[in-house]
Amino acid sequence: MTTPDRPRISLLGTSALLFEAPGAFDLPHQRRIWSLAATASTWPDIREAIPGITNLMLTFETPPRELDTLIAALNDGWDAAEGLAIGGREIRLPVTYGGEIGSSLQSVADHCGLSVDDLVSIHAAPLYTVFALGSHPGYCYLGGMDPRITMPRRQTPLQRSAGGSVSIGGSQTGVSASPGPSGWHAIGHTTWAFFDPSWPTPAALAPGDTVRFEIERVIR
Amino acid sequence: MIEILSVTGPASVQDLGRFDQYRFGVGTSGAMDDVALRAGNILLGNDENAAGIEIPMMPFRLRFDRDTAFALTGAGVEAEIAGRTIPPWWRSQARAGDVLTIKAMPRGARCYLTVGGGIDVPTVLGSRSTQFRGEFGGLHGRPLQPGDILPCAASTATIGELGVEPADVTLARAAASADETIVRVVIAGEYDAYDEATHALFWRSSWKITPQSNRYGYRLQGPTVKPRAPIEKRSHGIVPGVIQIPPNGQPIIQMRDAQTSGGYPKIATVIRADLWRVGQARLGGKLRFEQTAYADALAAEAEMSAYLDRLRTNVRLVEEIRACR
Repeated sequence: MTTPDRPRISLLGTSALLFEAPGAFDLPHQRRIWSLAATASTWPDIREAIPGITNLMLTFETPPRELDTLIAALNDGWDAAEGLAIGGREIRLPVTYGGEIGSSLQSVADHCGLSVDDLVSIHAAPLYTVFALGSHPGYCYLGGMDPRITMPRRQTPLQRSAGGSVSIGGSQTGVSASPGPSGWHAIGHTTWAFFDPSWPTPAALAPGDTVRFEIERVIR
Repeated sequence: MIEILSVTGPASVQDLGRFDQYRFGVGTSGAMDDVALRAGNILLGNDENAAGIEIPMMPFRLRFDRDTAFALTGAGVEAEIAGRTIPPWWRSQARAGDVLTIKAMPRGARCYLTVGGGIDVPTVLGSRSTQFRGEFGGLHGRPLQPGDILPCAASTATIGELGVEPADVTLARAAASADETIVRVVIAGEYDAYDEATHALFWRSSWKITPQSNRYGYRLQGPTVKPRAPIEKRSHGIVPGVIQIPPNGQPIIQMRDAQTSGGYPKIATVIRADLWRVGQARLGGKLRFEQTAYADALAAEAEMSAYLDRLRTNVRLVEEIRACR
């Protein structure tokens, strides 16, 4: 798929709008998204500005009558956005690769033409950055995955995938915080707690935090 | 208080939803038919965001432990209390010890029980709605079970019986039939990734609602919808109403318990003014999509607001007339 030079802006019905940045899936672009999100969250009639992976969703308190002003503000805001460098915490997450929860370990390895051991070591090598939260309470999208272990999302999403699943979807990876439907491929699991509504900030991790996976065990 | 005596399927406590927690990955939850929940609360003089019980399957039985005003809105149901039949979209007064039985649901997919003052479960992250995935909100973050006790906010007022015209009558769409729901949609980001023939197929098809449809999403069955080339998008925010097309070519409408982000291509989004119609569409039924412009979608929301304004006015007038007697 070709990447356009200008941002793409599209509607999500009357309740939200999606801004997709041009360019690579990398930290410099994501830092500009964080910056644009901080700006846009202060605009009138915007309920929340929610970063995704090099994109930004704005939800409306009240849907704007006409969209041109908002679209222009987003384009200008993107052009003006300096990267916002967030100095986050570093988290170490012990992972059991494979097993019942990580049952796609072999099929992802096969798809990528790698041995299970190589897949695991490639997955556990980088220091990942939390790019965004989304999907379900406390879930973190991580940036920094090696493109050699990319695998397209499922043809048909699963109705239920286990909580704590470490999964790959496209060129992204992440850890589910609770059981639920998923279109990704689970290669392992962790038992860490990512979310508690009684915490002052309900999600344990925030954009800018970093995560290192530690190989606890590999079940073949 | 209310005691749940018997329940079929995942009934839950819902208010209008949790709208400002997306940045933590927390979706809206909330009533699948928000118009019906609002109408029930209007009938009772409640805050429109007061929590009620969403009941998707029959039979359902509960007992009131004290005199309580209540209303049934949403799906057309056969219900009775202490031997009296309760018409749909009707408020009534229960006496202490009365058992309400909802026996059958000939029309629609979800019935809402609202009570004077609202169901008084704790507010979690700004809402009383049940967040199933996060297991919080509502009653212990889970579906209701027999034996559950639900606290009701104090409401001592005894009110007379009163009914209102159901939303599906007042807001009926001209071309809709009994077994086919027509909903208006605004096209979404990847619409242009499908060719003209596929667009035509999407618009003219009558989509079957599969049994795998629930509060998370409505999974539809019909002809295969394929983009010109496979699309693998970076994950981005989505909202209830977004229609995704996974690679199998079968659309999924994201509903109230949907994930807050996704990466499957989006062909269109059901407009807010019609999302409740999806929430009332039955498994096995048919759905058809009608393209609408953003400005017309806003006009449809205004029409829905006007309907609710009329309900508010009418209920207030009835109370004033009663007070004068």
